[in-house]
This record gives sequence, structure tokens and C-alpha cells, in this order.
Amino acid sequence: MSRSLNLVALLIVAALALPALAQEKAHKPFGFGKPATKEEIAGWDIDVRGPDGAGLPPGKGTVAEGEKLFMDNCAACHGEFAEGAGRYPELIGGRGTLKSDDPRKTIDSYWPYAPTVFDYIRRAMPFGAPQSLTNDEVYSIVAWLLNQGDLWPADKPLDAEGLRKVKMPNRDGFLAGDPRPDVKPDTCMTNCRTTPPKITSDLAARLGVTPTDRKGD
Amino acid sequence: MKKTVGQTGNDGALLAPSRRSFLKKSAAAGGLTLLAGAGVGEAMAAGPDNLPPNVPEWMKTLGSNVAAHPYGMPSPYEKDVIRRNVPWLTATEESSINFTPIHELDGIITPNGLCFERHHGGAPEIDPEQHRLMIHGLVDRPLIFTMDDLMRFPSVSRIHFLECPANGGMEWRGAQMDGVQFTHGMVHCCEWTGVKLSTLLAEVGVQKAAKWMLAEGADAAAMTRSIPLEKAMDDVIVCYSQNGERIRVENGYPLRLLVPGWEGNVNVKWLRRIKLGDQPWHHREETSKYTDLMPDGIARQFTFVQEANSVITSPCPEKPMKFGKGFYELRGIAWSGRGKIKKVDISIDGGMNWHSADLQSPVFSKSLTRFRFPLQWDGRPLLLQSRAMDETGYVQPTIEALRAVRGRNSIYHKNSIHTWRVLPSGEVENVQIA
Repeated sequence: MSRSLNLVALLIVAALALPALAQEKAHKPFGFGKPATKEEIAGWDIDVRGPDGAGLPPGKGTVAEGEKLFMDNCAACHGEFAEGAGRYPELIGGRGTLKSDDPRKTIDSYWPYAPTVFDYIRRAMPFGAPQSLTNDEVYSIVAWLLNQGDLWPADKPLDAEGLRKVKMPNRDGFLAGDPRPDVKPDTCMTNCRTTPPKITSDLAARLGVTPTDRKGD
Repeated sequence: MKKTVGQTGNDGALLAPSRRSFLKKSAAAGGLTLLAGAGVGEAMAAGPDNLPPNVPEWMKTLGSNVAAHPYGMPSPYEKDVIRRNVPWLTATEESSINFTPIHELDGIITPNGLCFERHHGGAPEIDPEQHRLMIHGLVDRPLIFTMDDLMRFPSVSRIHFLECPANGGMEWRGAQMDGVQFTHGMVHCCEWTGVKLSTLLAEVGVQKAAKWMLAEGADAAAMTRSIPLEKAMDDVIVCYSQNGERIRVENGYPLRLLVPGWEGNVNVKWLRRIKLGDQPWHHREETSKYTDLMPDGIARQFTFVQEANSVITSPCPEKPMKFGKGFYELRGIAWSGRGKIKKVDISIDGGMNWHSADLQSPVFSKSLTRFRFPLQWDGRPLLLQSRAMDETGYVQPTIEALRAVRGRNSIYHKNSIHTWRVLPSGEVENVQIA
């Protein structure tokens, strides 16, 4: 009698447990969160994709307007010719330097896609006041920058269609796909060197570029 | 550590003149060690009352009460155990980085207040009540989650390291930084708790065409990175806790992505949005930055994995072998973005001979692993190195081998075997060897 009661109890427990288990297995939604409305998505969906410019907004700008905006909002850090100031980065110049000992990675020497310039300025610039410029203003600044790099004519307004068509000089300069590991493993344990170790660099303690409080002084 | 204060003072009395002057130099460098570096006579004069046979003053009065420190802080004597930055490295301190004091830490867990910080637009102070995570794009049900929503999902906790791919980047051309905090401190290791991203993606219903996702932060840089969906469905965690408590502001409060074993930059902090797409976005942080320029002028892109790395954290320039000849335990950390550390070898002669170090167990995947090696030092100069191997058989390369393939301009992913030169004085210098 008690055994059959136990069996009934077990069956009840199993029946109660089943829905929860099934939810885990079949990825039935938990139902947490709320549906995102079109308006909510539109307000946050600010990304612009590099290769095809997907997400570029309507609007347009001019090189002349971009020059004014750049002087007011950007030149203090990036220089009046986008050549950089102090440690702030130069934005234009340095083409042909990528194989040198002093590669200069700028928009026109390095960036593979022009729409990314729009994306980055809109999301992160001006430094300290991001997402404060209108889309037309961003188009204008991008137009001026591209013009500084001889990638957009001075008298032509720039819009989404135009920006998609700009071919950046270094578009083919990237290898997508990670070739690592790229160094052969060396697991030698004894007598691993044919020559004694030779110091090639030992100035760290004397260069004076390490913060002087490194030990708390 | 300050536990050694008494020993140092005693040791100081036994020093030869040249070594004493070195100790005085380092004593002058640190407030507390001033006491330590002094000779026995001076140390006695400075405070004998607390040493045997006397009863220390802190045993004669009551200590602070349980209400004194509702959130505890380290002892004031540990004031030098702090993150440090390199002012000349970046144009501003909002878009900058600082370094974990790995030479001051034991075990594998980094205390929350010491985890290195990397921001692109400063660390925002976000009200969790007003924070939302939106997931949209190529999904069946675009959703917005509150923090409460996210914490209702089944949770996981995992111990993982997180490393900036620029860790060691200042050393591609030569030994430059005089301290392990600066050569290797862009790494930390925490226990992270949150909801698996795969759980959230199942909730929104990923469409077949989706192959990549874009993660976006709620900071003043609205930082974005593209991540392959395959990784997103594997072991990525949307985290709200770090070492048991809510994530620190500077590490992404209230919500961040944790992408185990992959370069720090993709572990987007202050996570506000995930968008599914059919290809990567090629945004600024994955084209202009965080790409590895090779000698032929071609840059490697989407080099996500942090390959195996290791470094000896004691001794190091900040922690010299200051006790003269005798026994030292070499200590250090190793880690690999491909899985578990399998083996760490130590060389004291610049790579001529190697000896296996002891690994502290348990060893976790994609986590810091503590290694130790006993050394009887005879006072001769040493070239100390550590060499990590992970469970895939990958072995940490020499700087020469790495440069032979990648040149000197790649900035990122420098994980070569590191060399400390130990001088007869016990001072330790950062050098590179061939």
C-alpha cells in the first residue's frame, strides 16, 4: 500500500518537474525581457558597416562645411591639417609607410573602409562630446577628411551613396583569418643553445621612461 | 611584501658595502622599506618596542570595531600595491590604460581593485536601474533586458584571465620598461558570473543567416567589436559579477562581455547592445586598431586568441633578490587563450637548459596558472626565463623567433619568453637576449 502511494508521489513529482526540464532542452523561451520596438531600436542602432555602408543614414555634407566644423570641434587635438597635435593622432598622411620602420597608420594610409570613418566619428567624436553632431555634420567632416587625403573632390557633396563608393587606398591591406600559431614550438630541455646568450637590449633600467613611483617612491 | 620587513633589517647588517648602498637606494625608494633597509642599530632605534621580547603596542589597546569599515580596504601598509599608468603612453587619461601590480600578488585571482583598466572614453558610472541590453538584428524576437531580467536566467561562474593584446607591446623593439608591472601588467584573472550568451541568443532566436555579432558599450566611445557567432555560442558570458561582487565601474559595471581567452578589447564593457549580422562590421577598433602590421605591410585582422604567455613575477625589477646567496622560490604566472597550461619550464642560464616548474593545481582553462621553482642562488649573475606550454602543444617562443615572423611593428600579441638579468647585487633588470 505504502509502496503504491510512493509510486504515485513519484509520478506527481515527475510530472511537475517535466515542464521545467523540457524548457531547458528545447530552448523554449524563458519569457524574460520585453520586445524591442522599432522606435527603441532606431534610437540605439547607430552602427554603420564598413564594407557595404549598411546603416549609413540619410543626409549629406560638404567639404567647405566640414572644414569649419573640423576647426571648431577637432583641430585642437588633431591639428588644422589633420596632422595630429602632441600625442593625439594624425588622421591623414603617411601613405606608403606601412612597410617602413615608422609606419603611420591614418585614415588614408591604413583604414580599409570609408563608411567606418562615419561610424567612428558619430559614435565617439568629438572626444568628450560624442553623439552631439548631426548626421549632416558628420558627413561634412568625413568629406573634408577624405578631401585632405585626395579621396573626395572639394566641390562635391558627400552622402551615403558617395561614401559607399570611395575605395580606400589600403582596402586590400588586411589579412582576415588568423594564421597563428606561426612560430614552430621548441621544447628542448638541455644544451639548447649553440652559442652563449648575447644581450641585445638592456637599457630598460636606464632609459628613464618607466614611472618613477614603480616601487612606491 | 611587508612581512619581510624584519628579515630585511637583519639581512642589512650582513651586507657588503656595495650591496648595502643598493639596498639604501631601494630603501629611499619606498616609505616603509626605509625602516627595512636601515642597519640593525637604526632599526632598533626606530621602533624596538614592538619587537621581541617586548609586547607590541597593538596588543595593548583595542582594535577597530566591526562598524568601522562596512566595506573593507587593504592595510594602510599595503598602500604601494596599486595600479599604475604610463603617462607618456597615451594622449589622455580617459582613453588610456593602467597596469595590474602582478609582482605584488599571489595565487591566480586578481583583487577587483587591482584589475588593470583600459577605457576608450573614460569609465562611465551607470545606474543599473537605467541600464538596458538590447539584442536585435538577424533575430526572430528583438528583446530589451533589464538587469533584473538578466539575473533571472540560469547563471554560470568561470575563472578566466583577461589580457589586453598590447600587453608587452612596448617591448617589440627592445627592453624598455623597468618593471614587470609595465612589461606584463595588462592582465588580470577573476571569477566571472553571469548568463551564457548562448542562453540569451536562444531567447531571441538567432536566424540562419547570422554569422557574426556586434557588441557595443554604453561608454563615451560606444566601443564596438565584431565577434564570430561560433565563439558567441561557445563560451561567452554576459557578466554582472566579478570575484563574487558586482563588477567594478572601471571593469564594466553593471554588465560586460567576457570572451574567454580572446583579446581584451572584444570583452566589451558596459554592454548595452548586441546586433546579429551576416558579416563583420570592420569598425575602427578592428581595423585602425587591434590589427597586427606585418613586415610586408599587410595587417592581420581578427587575431582574437591570446597565445600562451608567462612571466616570473618574483624576482623582477621591483622585487630584487635582496637577501644575498641562498634559497629563493621563483614565482610567476602563465596563461593561454587556447586552454589549460600544461607545463612551465624555467631557465637560469638564458635558455641553455630548462627545468620544469611546479604548477599550482587545480589548473583552469584560459586562466592564470601559478608556477613555482626552487632555486639555491650562489650569487652569480643569472638570466632568468620562463617558457609556457599549453594543452594544445603550443610553446611560448623566443623574442627572436617571434620577430623573425612578425617583425617589430605589430604592437599587439607579443607573448615571447621574457628575460630577467639578475646581477650579483641581486638587482634585476629587464633585458632581451639572442
